[in-house]
Amino acid sequence: MGIAPTLAVTQPAFWPLTLILFLPAIVAGILALPIIPRGKDDSVRWVGLATTIAVFILSLWMAVPAIFGAGSPGQFAVGDAGMQAVVKQPWIPAFHIEYLLGVDGISMPLVLLTTFLSVLAAAASWPIEKHVRPYWILFLLLETGMIGVFVSLDFFLFYVFWEVMLLPMYFLIGIWGGPRREYAAIKFFLYTLAGSVLMLLAILMLYFASDVRTLSDDQLLATHVVSPVLEGADRAAALTAVHSAPKPIHTFNLLALAAIGQSPASPFAATSFWGMTLESWAFLLLLIGFVIKVPVVPVHTWLPDAHVEAPTPISMILAGVLLKLGGYGILRICYPICPGAGLSFAWLVCGLGVVSMVYGAFAALAQKDFKRMVAYSSVSHMGYVMLGLGVWSAVAGHEYQWDAWAQGVNGAMFQMLAHGISSAGMFFMVGVLYDRVHHRNLEEFGGIFNRMPLYASLAVAIFFAGLGLPGLCGFIGEVLVTLSSWNYSRLLAVCSAFTVILTAAYILWAIQRVYLGAEYKGPHGDHLTPMTRRELAIAVPLVVLAIVFGVAPQLIFNYITPTVNRQVETLAEWTRSIHDGHPAAAGAAAAATDEGSVGFQAAIDSFSVGGGR
Amino acid sequence: MNPDRNLGALLDGTLHDTLAVSLPHFRPELCLAATIVLLLLCRMLPLLRRVDSGFLALGGVLFSLFFAWDDVLALGGGAWASSLGDLLAGRKELFGGLLAFDSLTAYIRLLLAGFLVLFILFTKVSGIPDSEDGADFYTLVLGATLGMCLMASANHLLMVFMAVEMASVPSYALAGLLKGRKASSEAALKYAVYGAGAAGIMLYGLSLLAGVLGTCHMPTMARELASLGSMWMPGGTGMALAIGGLLVAAGLAFKLSAVPFHFWCPDVFAGAAAEVGAFLSVASKAAAIALLLRVAFGLGTPAPGADHDGTLAALGETRHFIVGIVALLAALTCTLGNLAAYGQTNMKRLLAYSTIAHAGYLMMGVAAAVALAGRDAGASRSAVAAVCFYLGTYVFMNLAAFAIVALLRNSLRSEEIASYAGLIRTNPGIVVATGIVLVSLIGLPPLAGFISKFLVFSSVMEAVSLDAERPLMLVLLVVGGINTVISLFYYLRVLKVMTFDPPPAERTADAFPLVSIPGALVTALVVPVVSLGIFWSGLYAFARLAGAFAS
Repeated sequence: MGIAPTLAVTQPAFWPLTLILFLPAIVAGILALPIIPRGKDDSVRWVGLATTIAVFILSLWMAVPAIFGAGSPGQFAVGDAGMQAVVKQPWIPAFHIEYLLGVDGISMPLVLLTTFLSVLAAAASWPIEKHVRPYWILFLLLETGMIGVFVSLDFFLFYVFWEVMLLPMYFLIGIWGGPRREYAAIKFFLYTLAGSVLMLLAILMLYFASDVRTLSDDQLLATHVVSPVLEGADRAAALTAVHSAPKPIHTFNLLALAAIGQSPASPFAATSFWGMTLESWAFLLLLIGFVIKVPVVPVHTWLPDAHVEAPTPISMILAGVLLKLGGYGILRICYPICPGAGLSFAWLVCGLGVVSMVYGAFAALAQKDFKRMVAYSSVSHMGYVMLGLGVWSAVAGHEYQWDAWAQGVNGAMFQMLAHGISSAGMFFMVGVLYDRVHHRNLEEFGGIFNRMPLYASLAVAIFFAGLGLPGLCGFIGEVLVTLSSWNYSRLLAVCSAFTVILTAAYILWAIQRVYLGAEYKGPHGDHLTPMTRRELAIAVPLVVLAIVFGVAPQLIFNYITPTVNRQVETLAEWTRSIHDGHPAAAGAAAAATDEGSVGFQAAIDSFSVGGGR
Repeated sequence: MNPDRNLGALLDGTLHDTLAVSLPHFRPELCLAATIVLLLLCRMLPLLRRVDSGFLALGGVLFSLFFAWDDVLALGGGAWASSLGDLLAGRKELFGGLLAFDSLTAYIRLLLAGFLVLFILFTKVSGIPDSEDGADFYTLVLGATLGMCLMASANHLLMVFMAVEMASVPSYALAGLLKGRKASSEAALKYAVYGAGAAGIMLYGLSLLAGVLGTCHMPTMARELASLGSMWMPGGTGMALAIGGLLVAAGLAFKLSAVPFHFWCPDVFAGAAAEVGAFLSVASKAAAIALLLRVAFGLGTPAPGADHDGTLAALGETRHFIVGIVALLAALTCTLGNLAAYGQTNMKRLLAYSTIAHAGYLMMGVAAAVALAGRDAGASRSAVAAVCFYLGTYVFMNLAAFAIVALLRNSLRSEEIASYAGLIRTNPGIVVATGIVLVSLIGLPPLAGFISKFLVFSSVMEAVSLDAERPLMLVLLVVGGINTVISLFYYLRVLKVMTFDPPPAERTADAFPLVSIPGALVTALVVPVVSLGIFWSGLYAFARLAGAFAS
């Protein structure tokens, strides 16, 4: 495309973001070399933990400027809706594939969640005695893969990181897992690979249909197809080079694809096969790939197996981060790039969400295995995420109230983050117990409160957070999603509200069976020792965060709301222009928008002390 | 050949064509031929018998590699890596039109020569052939490679047949290299019988085509085909052409080990030494794919010249026919190869089926390239480039896979997958190397196999989006996607055995460590598998150069 290679100097986020992304992989490579002699397992553990901590601090430096003193270039500006800290380097010019990274209000909190949970999971990996070195190598590779998915803005790069996670996860479950680990590992791999092959097809479909020449100069700059760091003549030359290209210039740039997908004459809206538009096909293929990861009924069956067999830290990562990748993909890729399909398949996304919500809750009620119950609770909780994302385009059929969409998506985002905290906590709490008594049978527990009071209190707090008790983090997301779905479908709203009762039932019942009761009668009763300091160091931050985010949700909303609202607003505008056929009628509609937005803003303000936006 | 000229002028013309035009582009083959003669001479003279035939062969191949590289440089002008403009194929006809020299020839020859260098080093490390068999072995290998070079440049149906035979006959003997082993002899016999049958069928097909079109020179045949108009002309001409085409396709499918002409492949791979398997699965496959491109493009597109566009349009039906056959074979080959690999317990047999499956993916790329030829020349070139890139990465992936099998056989005395159980405990380095190779064969990023698959699939998708043979290409995409998922099982099963399973109690020998000569060889082969997955612009630039042949 003739874009002059931009120097890292002009991209202040280049090194911070690259380091956050690749530091774990680099350390994994170093660990693979025989630098630390055999047998020094503790050194390997400390190196691994130190790496995750370093990455966490780096991401904290980037995401929360308030802590380290704001103003350094490359830091994240909270409250800014746009894509920030963009890093752009050519990778494969022949296919316009770029090393394109960036974070915004949607991805930054998820990156922070990933690095934070990685630290805790690393700390939780201490009891792993078998093949310590390979374990840590794979663990660190996994972290790079997860962060990579959240920060990639190039679809090809995104796909590479998406797949890079598979193999470490396969081995982490398959080698360090429980008795049925091989089955669980291959099942996980197979489900995800099937989804990602479909995703690859969708990527190629979109790539070949795209043409960045149709974008305006402003759009080219905003989507970083032409780097906005270029000045004056360079910029003009680069823009001219794009517009004067004799043949279509395809792109993997997610932002550009979104701009093309939302343009009035979107090439993705052309009819493709069997009477469906290209974007419908792409949307469905991508959706399948993503909902397998979420996971959604009926493609959820890998999850309980993987969770039950995976070692505790890997369960924490699985539930805390991996499931969020699916929701993130839907939010970042499916809707902005294929808005038309998102509109027509809203019922599908919402329906899938509610079905998994209810099914997951009932399944959790029926479980005898403590960990399996928690796994099904994840299915149920991620259903809220799907519903929240789904109502997004839903209201468009009736009236253009974007506040309900925004409420749903904000709720879904919050739910993802809150679930990251609470589910990781729940799995850790199950793991603590399992390490002591080596079973997870709910029927054989009881009386833990008497034996381990501190542990039991922390565990109950985390489980209440998962239940969605007001004042804890699980509440906010569920409430926002349920409220927002009311506008779309009363039935779905009633179902999701009803699920709260089911959730309360299985969690309270589990608490009753495990923690309450007179005395512990199961096996290995004498091993029920109090929590170690290491375990406390993992559990306490999770509990604290669960409370903090429950009491002060604006800490999260400050990040996500500007970006989410802007995306929703843009798409509302797009829907209006498509529906009414006259994009110029923005004035009247904008008034309605303002009116509509009051409701959600009020809701945010009522949570917030410092003001949301 | 102008009849007005007298004999002297004709001789002068031929001499000029041979010496000034043809031979300068024939240097890599000449080097191989000279090396073969030297190898044979060394056997005859007692003094020279001590010369190590492996290193002698290596020397000759290095010369050949140098000249092949020189040809590529001359074509690319040394500046291809940066410029992505229109590359020139530099097409020339050699030896009175029997051979064609262009960027595809140059690329495949470079690939073959480079592969041979690695291959000879690998055989020196693995110890098969021993010094007794060495001269025979390397003579056969170089002879077969010579045939393969000709396959990559054939421009005339007679040459197609000659080249295929020249590549095949030494391969039959190679399959029987382990003389004492029954399985090896059986493999050689099976291969030879199959090969003879396929050659007969192909020859029949060639004669049908030549009979109808009056020539064997492919560009002329294309012109004739274009002037015939519709294939479904009265009088059975069209039928004769179609049958001829099908029979030729059968002969090519045998070389490609495409389903349903693949039955020799697993038996030969399982019976012959792993070294021979490596040679057949990489070199033979690369040459067969190049030949398929040659024939498909030779008959389906006009050579550069007058009325290019009109002829191209007139050949639409021919291309439709070719795409249909190739796509069908590709889908069948891929699916059956992957399904059959699932039940294998012998590593070489598994790799044989994996080779078959990969031939299927490669043929998908060829089908897309031919389909796109009438629609968008640039896209067609990209599709050829995708296939050529695939072949480039395939050299490393499969050579590494067979090298690991051979070297593990040397230390474990077994090629059964079960005997690899628990190797991770003792030899983590080897297991990681195997893992990288197998995962790359599945086609997962960030490894070279993924990029290859990505490129081929994207070409097929481009054909879909440009509406070139859309239904067929859609089928290919779906088949390719499903197959990728299926293939996960059997590759991963090997890894599972190596890592999850406990080592067998009776294992006495240890596998070789990574820090050793065999280990260094494996490392040298595996490093490109990783690095080509991340930094693939360089090889892709070469592949694009090769793709320029589809003008």
